[in-house]
Amino acid sequence: MQTHRKVKYEAELDPSFTKWVSTVPGGERIRECFQCGTCSSICPLSVYMDISPRRLIAMADAGFKEEVLSSFTIWLCASCYSCSVNCPKDIKITDIMYGLKRRAIEEGIFPSRHFAIPILAKAFANMVRKNGRATESRLVVSLAWRVSLFRLLNMAPLGIKLLLRGRLSFKKEKIQNKQEIQTMLKALEANR
Amino acid sequence: MKKYTYYPGCSVKGTAKSYEDSLLAVFRELNLHLEELPDWNCCGATFYMSIDEVTSFTLSARNLSLAEQYDRDVVAPCSACYLVLLKTQDYIKRYPQIREKVDAALTAANLTYKGSVKIRHPLEVLLNDIGLGELKNRVKKPLRSFKIAAYYGCQLVRPFMVFDDPSYPETMDSLMETLGAEAIDYPVKTRCCGGSLMGTMEDVGMRLNYILLNEAHKRGANCIVTVCPLCQFNLEAYQKKIIKKYNGVPEIPVFYFTQLVGLALGISEKELGLGRSIVSPDSLVESLSVVQATAP
Ligand code: SF4
Ligand code: SF4
Repeated sequence: MQTHRKVKYEAELDPSFTKWVSTVPGGERIRECFQCGTCSSICPLSVYMDISPRRLIAMADAGFKEEVLSSFTIWLCASCYSCSVNCPKDIKITDIMYGLKRRAIEEGIFPSRHFAIPILAKAFANMVRKNGRATESRLVVSLAWRVSLFRLLNMAPLGIKLLLRGRLSFKKEKIQNKQEIQTMLKALEANR
Repeated sequence: MKKYTYYPGCSVKGTAKSYEDSLLAVFRELNLHLEELPDWNCCGATFYMSIDEVTSFTLSARNLSLAEQYDRDVVAPCSACYLVLLKTQDYIKRYPQIREKVDAALTAANLTYKGSVKIRHPLEVLLNDIGLGELKNRVKKPLRSFKIAAYYGCQLVRPFMVFDDPSYPETMDSLMETLGAEAIDYPVKTRCCGGSLMGTMEDVGMRLNYILLNEAHKRGANCIVTVCPLCQFNLEAYQKKIIKKYNGVPEIPVFYFTQLVGLALGISEKELGLGRSIVSPDSLVESLSVVQATAP
């Protein structure tokens, strides 16, 4: 009979991940987490998460890189900052979640294929990089295009109501001085 | 006349147009002058922070730098923008390695940011620069028929607790009471609406907002008052769908706090963008004149 071992041996953990996580701005004190569970109990999204915030913090600190980066948890975090302001150890859990999202995108690790949240985040960032502003209507369409066209049909009745009330426009919002943004982005790239 | 630099943000120019309508109308009425920041760019919201932290801070440093040319406080009505601007200032102060990169990028574009800009939310401006006493004197139509659930959401009060408590804020409740409304006890006032999750994981977003609607209804509110474009959108634009899915909650209008301030000051419904509502506020708004007529 095959047995499946769920728990990792220490030798299988990634110590470089442990180190990295404590360098995420806001994550400096992650080692001090004493597993009180305040974050999990206050988090309005924890009921939907595959790994609770408390557990995720412990796993990130221990070096469970794959598990943490492929979790739904980091993407379900809505950045409400409830955990951060209530953590007795002043660990900025929200900022750690952001750091983990960035690392997951960098490594291309996601909980499932065509997972909408990082796709939307990327589409948003591209739009802002290019135009300096975001046009909500165009984001919704581009997300639907990449995730499922069914969404668009589903959204159409609401879209029409918003259009009629002047709350939705497909005109591309942009700034005048797009060059300034390009220059700044280039300087950041050179300074990486 | 007091002058401010106005940083609208993308939502206020789109789905939250009535927030802008009412904000501008109320400030005009109170003789507070809002001057829109020329060529402002998107703050990056929660999305950009998930992609690239330093770029996100740099984008908002451009706005801060543009704003610093004027010797005025910046007013940001959207909670996400408000938070991002505050967070950028905080991080470039606390993390020299971030500051260095942001500065280099600004310099490349012939910009600088010394760090002197003060970021403010219009709710706090009304409280501190006008004051509840003065507002009370200016009320023309007390909101006697309004039983409001004051919903603050997250990013106005967390993590930077500039002017109110992060879990149980009360400033908007007092403002509404000053206008003659009754503020009901609403313990979920800072429970998250899920933000953009409504667009990406609708099931989750619907449930979170159902909790907020249901609690307001159970506690006897006849409307909800918000401070943020995303909260208002989730609670209002999706409300019919939520009600259909979870029976037992009646429709409940969702206002921006500026719309109610405007109504009380006697500004017209049109100027306050009430016609842009999806859940009709008409019967509640009409009850206002009925109450006025019969009031002693
Ligand atoms: S609240 Fe802070 S100390 Fe407590 S479990 Fe969460 S991260 Fe650890
Ligand atoms: S910031 Fe994220 S992890 Fe923390 S309580 Fe809010 S949703 Fe949960």
